[in-house]
Amino acid sequence: MEEIKKETTPVALELATKQREISVAEFFSKNRHLLGFDNKKKALMTTIKEAVDNSLDACQDANVLPEISVEVIDMGNDRFRVIVEDNGPGIVKKQIPNIFARLLYGSKFHTMRQSRGQQGIGISASVMYSQLTTGRPSKITSKISPRDDAHYYELHINTRTNLPEIKKEEVVEWKKDHGTRVELDIEASYAGGGQSIDEYLKETAIANPYASIIYTNPKAEQIIFPRVVEELPREPKEIKPHPYGVELGIMMNMLKFTKAKNLKSFLMQEFTKVGSGTAKNICENAALLPTTKPKEMSREMIEKLIDGIKKTKVQSPPTDCLSPIGQEYLEKGLKKEINAEFYATVTRPSSVYRGNPFQIEVGIAYGGKQPEDQFIRIIRFANRVPLLYQQSACAITRSVIQTSWRAYGLSQSQSSIPIGPCTIAVHMASVWVPFTSESKEAVAHYPEIIKEIKLALQECGRKLASYVLKKKKIGAELEKRGYIEKYIPHVGEALKELLNLKKDDEEKVEKLLHDILEKERGKLEEIGFDEAKNVEYDEEFAKIGKKEKKEEEEEENESS
Amino acid sequence: MKVVNQIKEIADDVYRKILRKKKPQLSSPLRSLANVKYGKEGYFELLGKRKTRTLTASTIKSFAQTLKMMALSKEVISQDDIATKREAYYVSKNWGEARFKEQTESDVVMDDIEAMLEVNREQLGFIPEEKGGEIAGKLIVVDKDRETGKEIRIDCTKFGSGAYSIPISVEELKFETNAEFILAIETAGMFQRLVKHNYWKKANCILVSMGGVPTRACRRFVRRLSEVKKIPVYAFTDSDPYGFGNIYRTLKVGSGNAAHINKYFCVPNARFLGVTPQDIIDYKLPTHPLKEIDIKKIKDLLKNDPFIQQHKEWQNALKQMQEMKVRCEQQSLAKHGLNYVISDYLPNKLKNAKTWLP
Repeated sequence: MEEIKKETTPVALELATKQREISVAEFFSKNRHLLGFDNKKKALMTTIKEAVDNSLDACQDANVLPEISVEVIDMGNDRFRVIVEDNGPGIVKKQIPNIFARLLYGSKFHTMRQSRGQQGIGISASVMYSQLTTGRPSKITSKISPRDDAHYYELHINTRTNLPEIKKEEVVEWKKDHGTRVELDIEASYAGGGQSIDEYLKETAIANPYASIIYTNPKAEQIIFPRVVEELPREPKEIKPHPYGVELGIMMNMLKFTKAKNLKSFLMQEFTKVGSGTAKNICENAALLPTTKPKEMSREMIEKLIDGIKKTKVQSPPTDCLSPIGQEYLEKGLKKEINAEFYATVTRPSSVYRGNPFQIEVGIAYGGKQPEDQFIRIIRFANRVPLLYQQSACAITRSVIQTSWRAYGLSQSQSSIPIGPCTIAVHMASVWVPFTSESKEAVAHYPEIIKEIKLALQECGRKLASYVLKKKKIGAELEKRGYIEKYIPHVGEALKELLNLKKDDEEKVEKLLHDILEKERGKLEEIGFDEAKNVEYDEEFAKIGKKEKKEEEEEENESS
Repeated sequence: MKVVNQIKEIADDVYRKILRKKKPQLSSPLRSLANVKYGKEGYFELLGKRKTRTLTASTIKSFAQTLKMMALSKEVISQDDIATKREAYYVSKNWGEARFKEQTESDVVMDDIEAMLEVNREQLGFIPEEKGGEIAGKLIVVDKDRETGKEIRIDCTKFGSGAYSIPISVEELKFETNAEFILAIETAGMFQRLVKHNYWKKANCILVSMGGVPTRACRRFVRRLSEVKKIPVYAFTDSDPYGFGNIYRTLKVGSGNAAHINKYFCVPNARFLGVTPQDIIDYKLPTHPLKEIDIKKIKDLLKNDPFIQQHKEWQNALKQMQEMKVRCEQQSLAKHGLNYVISDYLPNKLKNAKTWLP
């Protein structure tokens, strides 16, 4: 009886004692899969990817041709040490702990410009993962100029407060003029093949031909991806948001922090492509006074404002904020990786989804030794970053599936990836790539994006079709000629028997018949696969990230 | 040796074309119903359509095969030998890629060479497998002994219940007869009945068993016999589209496939005695329903056969059968008694020429 009484005390009171604010760090520590740390193999890959992405972004910001070194050391017991070092601009002393040991801290979230990192989660998530799996602090060294000291930090994240805990801090000797070095110990596992670091770094080299990457794998083998282009890509300009892309929450935030005194000047100051006329139109369409004070706007008014924006015609955003790889370099990259018969590349004009400018590029490599009877290979890039996971969830894959490849000479069953000796590379450059999750593995399915990718695929497809058709025609003609030639000796033999010709005459007849055939049917264009033709093909490069056949078989045997 | 020269001439023409770097070709008349006409000559005459074989993917194989076959023919003739159609097909098995897969293929090439040279198969040194047909009745065939060259007189009344076989080559045969007509019979069964009861003696005639569509030798034999001895020829077949359109039509005017030799290998003066569709009614004969294939054949004859198109009587007879929807066999006459055909049917029909078909 007494026990029942006890139970009648309200449960809510009891629960209240357990309720407290969940820190971001704590949340992510429990949801590590959202950040790409689902398993040990992927954790290694994500850690390196975040570090390399940051290095490439930093170098591009500083207008420095990137030289990046990646080292992975196997320390036994599923522990690996990852060291990534760059020649970027470095980080000022004060910011080092915040950047590496505080989630959602960064400069990129607030800017509208094409960059690899976006939310400021990446590297600090790796630091946290390291801390959770090995308990070791992350070791950061950074130097901003030859005149400055190099600062060395050992950091942890306080998972409750999402604030850095500095374990050690000192000035060190570093020969580099400037740059950053990150050293993390993590629990991981290493495997070659698809979706590996090797593959990731290779594809990174394809999409960033101006970078030089030196990679030392856990087997202590050094692989060098040399710089192919001695020129940085056009620096993507920062732009203000375009009104079409802004959602309610962001709009509320912008209104709260703006320095503008009234709605009209808020619109003109905070958005791209909004002049006084457009701002006036938006106010009219939203039925709001241009003089409304931004900070005093209610939620209903903000909803009306967003509605008004939708009704107003606003010029497309400028596109100089984008930095595509370019047809020439995309083709170079593909040629290095795949020895094919035919290459085609397309860079689409830039377009807009939700007010965010973006641009699609597609490259196709067809034929050569690529397998005829397998699904084609799709290589995906977002802002020059290779996407290795979640292929089926990605808008790029969806677009490939939705394109009818049969017309372009590949076989394809309904709603599936086409089959044929073909590789398709797709790059999406945007000030904001919409990923399906924080781990940035798949592009979200915006209709505008899918439409653009499909247009680019179709354009490449048409080029492919004309090649495949020509090849088929010539193939059919060759087959016919071969068939006719098969009977020429019999004609010679019969004439020899009929006219008692000499052996010489018989041979002459056969030779003349070949001549007549050539004359009648015309000269054949040389087409087809010449292994030696593609001088840019790099066999060693192509092997990277691909397991040896033997290895794979062994692995299969093990698993069975 | 005339044929050998013809063959050499054609081969030489091909050879010289090649030497002049011109595309060589062989051309022969198209052998099909679409390339014949039926007019006052009384048989299917060949028209001008030709097929050509040359250095194209679709014709090169038969181009080479035709030359090889011509070479074989030349060899056979030169050695005074013969080859059956089947043997020629087997010889081709030495030709590598140019060999024939089926005998039908080699037969076609052989017939094309015939047509190209406008000669008979036997002149090329090739002979068929099939028997030429059988003869019984008031006829003496004068042949020669193969070895001595001495005349042999074969009396076709003296085969008892057997019969004389028409040889492959009938060109050199001579005939002695006082028969009043020749009766060409479709089935061996009916032939046996008439022989057994010595019908030829009673009717003073020569009986021929065609055994289905008459062979070339059979057609040529009957043709020569009827021409030389000026005796009429009557055909006696089943009452069905096959009996009319294939057996009788080929006997009388030849075929599309043999269009190049019809001139000699048919019997234009033959008449159709029976069994006609009208006979089925008049003699109350037992019938079978027309099969799908029969109905099709009637339509095809009415639409495409130049011989049928020329004769209103035949068109009416076929249309009558179409309406009756039945066919009947010549042996169905047995319904009225086994010897009804001898005692009643044939005598009646012979007396009444109005019941015949042209």
